[in-house]
Amino acid sequence: MPDVALAAKTVQLKVLRYRPGQDAEPSYGTFEVPYTDDMSVLQALQTIKDELDSSLSFRWSCRMAVCGSCGMMINGTPKLACNTFLRNLPKGPVTVEPLNNFPIERDLVVSVGDFVKKIESIYPYIIPKTPKTVEEGPYLQTPAQMAAYESFSDCINCMLCYAACPQFGENPAFIGPGAMALLQRYNGDSRDGGQQKRLDTIHGEDGVWSCTAVGVCSEVCPKQVDPANAINQNKTNSAFDFFLRFVRKDAR
Amino acid sequence: MDHFDADVLIVGAGGAGLRAAIAVAEADPSLTVALVSKVLPMRSHTVAAEGGSAGVIQSTDSLEAHFHDTVAGGDWLCEQDVVEFFVSRSTPEMIQLEHWGCPWNRKPDGNINVRAFGGMKIERTWFAADRSGFHILHTLFQTSTKFPSIKRFDEYFCVDLIVDDGRAQGATVLSPVTGAFTAITARSVILATGGAGRVFRQNTNGGVVTGDGMALAYRHGVPLRDMEFMQYHPTCMPGTGLLFTEACRGEGGHLVNKDGYRYLQDYGLGPVTPEPRNKTMELGPRDRLSQAFWHESQKGRTFETPGGDAVWLDLRHLGAAKIKERLPLIREMAIEFMDIDPALGQIPVRPAVHYTMGGVPTDIRTATSLPGLYAAGECASSGIHGANRLGSNSLAELFVFGHVAGDEAVKFSRGVSASDSGKLIDQAKASAAKALSLRDQKGGGERHAVLRKEMALTMEKGCGIYRDAAGMQATCDKLAELKRRYREVTLEDKSAVWNTDWVTALELGYELDVAEAVAASALARRESRGAHQRLDGYENRDDAHFLAHSLATYREAAAPEISYGPVKITTSQPAVRAYGALGEALEAKKDAAHA
Repeated sequence: MPDVALAAKTVQLKVLRYRPGQDAEPSYGTFEVPYTDDMSVLQALQTIKDELDSSLSFRWSCRMAVCGSCGMMINGTPKLACNTFLRNLPKGPVTVEPLNNFPIERDLVVSVGDFVKKIESIYPYIIPKTPKTVEEGPYLQTPAQMAAYESFSDCINCMLCYAACPQFGENPAFIGPGAMALLQRYNGDSRDGGQQKRLDTIHGEDGVWSCTAVGVCSEVCPKQVDPANAINQNKTNSAFDFFLRFVRKDAR
Repeated sequence: MDHFDADVLIVGAGGAGLRAAIAVAEADPSLTVALVSKVLPMRSHTVAAEGGSAGVIQSTDSLEAHFHDTVAGGDWLCEQDVVEFFVSRSTPEMIQLEHWGCPWNRKPDGNINVRAFGGMKIERTWFAADRSGFHILHTLFQTSTKFPSIKRFDEYFCVDLIVDDGRAQGATVLSPVTGAFTAITARSVILATGGAGRVFRQNTNGGVVTGDGMALAYRHGVPLRDMEFMQYHPTCMPGTGLLFTEACRGEGGHLVNKDGYRYLQDYGLGPVTPEPRNKTMELGPRDRLSQAFWHESQKGRTFETPGGDAVWLDLRHLGAAKIKERLPLIREMAIEFMDIDPALGQIPVRPAVHYTMGGVPTDIRTATSLPGLYAAGECASSGIHGANRLGSNSLAELFVFGHVAGDEAVKFSRGVSASDSGKLIDQAKASAAKALSLRDQKGGGERHAVLRKEMALTMEKGCGIYRDAAGMQATCDKLAELKRRYREVTLEDKSAVWNTDWVTALELGYELDVAEAVAASALARRESRGAHQRLDGYENRDDAHFLAHSLATYREAAAPEISYGPVKITTSQPAVRAYGALGEALEAKKDAAHA
């Protein structure tokens, strides 16, 4: 990180600040940060924290776009700070705000507990179709079978899709794109037999039908998980399942 | 103060902590597990592991071969009984992860596929593209949610252990969300807090890798073992230190110097062959490859980048399709961070600190010297890595020993009763008061961020790939100075909610203690072995004096005391450690002698 005092070139960051108990409401803090070509928004925030104002709070860890900690609004778009580079942003001040649609706990830190509960609610684990002991060895799964769910397993839980989703913005109870992708990750797995159980969690009004197919969730996904596709598949599955229920009842 | 009473407390919810939690829940669902993590579990640094996890699965492979590669790779500083146990338990753990859904790469027929890795004679690295750690961590986290007995404390920071009646009985934790402390009491405690790579400047590690558990145990009188052995990974991004997995080379990538020459052939790793050959050239072990880089740099055969000098990692001959299938994360990082498509251009790389071989010493069942305290994963020194860890052994270690730690903690918890909870909570209150005093002290006005930078710089300077007494002594002196200054730091932020200024200051306290153990252990080891290489008259391995584990014992306001303990040798007597053509010749000779 360059030395603030010696920097030839600087960039201005406008960062939304909010300190509960101290600030009545959020407001912007402005920082001049030394600029280098290889600098990410995360490194700019770290420079602020280390050298200008150590009270600025934000989450980060891996620095390489896989831990999912540093999602935030950068110039109004949900992005990971670690793989958003200053050189790729338009000239002029960079605006950094906490992720949309989540309650702010402080500065750039938002509440994540509700998101984690949503993930937990869809039975996010293999419910074996055919139970097997370790001694019996691994299940067979062909590359084609794996391809049916693999992209949905790439979700890093960064919550950018929730920040982008207008439906989640209106209805915080909506299960949302990330959890739907995870649901599809397990429902599409050849080892799994829990499809019905998971479908039952998304029939309701806060489930899959809340989605109005805006598709912006997939646009902002930093890992090309395509949650919109997961939701579409489940709309079909949910509709089909709804229909099947009547058939099953009739058959009785 | 809030109080939560558990049967088993686990500090850390990465690969080892989650595996341990599931083991406890499966062994006895009536036991309550408190699973504490300073980040959401899926943010833990296991997430960044790329290449894969070792477990013998091919019919051409054997547990003996995995054992031998590991022991020789560790330059014979391994606990051989533990290595034997480890290799035998690794594959079942990989299968267990498969059953839980981990998307391991498959052969066309649906069977598990494995890839080559450095220092491994036969391909035995299970992988999920180059996001193996990510997939494993998410699989474990998601699987853990089905066990109601696991009570997670997400984003709780551990400030101290509770030790009473001569045994570990809980921890004092801080919730940054509220700024409030909780006393978590338990009848056994498992440390699964990861390594300490952040004490060095250029490193591959996430910000969370600050040696917390090591320092916690160390301050309570548990010595830290083999701390001088810090692994430099040879292929990292100059400047940030971000990792380009060893799988780049396992899949056939080359390392070339500024003249386009595959320089590893000059360092006992040749011959150059058209196809990758195990334990040869780019598939040599990490210590040797990082050392070769240092020599190339000395010879002026590296090139300059803003992040330090570098060599080229060349993946172009693998082709775009293979790079996309096997190394998607590497491709994405090269494109996003460096504007280099690895199918078209070479990637500049240099060594950076990656892994802490040493840690909290444990026996073969993960028990530490403090009753009731267990350790698993990178924070532990289980004895399997010796002086140099082989790539893909550390992920496997998480599950083998995480599982064992869970089982052992269950047994221990069943056999003891808790001390009087009032007494334990009083201890937690004292720990909380101490943590608060760091936040609220007036101090001398200095920012702790300044100290962190100076620490990382002096570690790199004095305890890098090659070391000498003067450099290590200077680092020891600098660390003592930094510890003095640390006591006088001033935090600008005195607030309660999400005070990350405070949490990082507490982390720096851990880092300084661990860094001191690293530097003092390095200075005391007057030989060269594995990742510890000296230039000042101790260039060779010295089994007569140093076939021994170093033990750094904490001393208040003084440098640690260094002593040594024995190394367990079972079937593999220390021998010449060689790779490439010489390694193959020695192995052939050994096989002939056995026949």
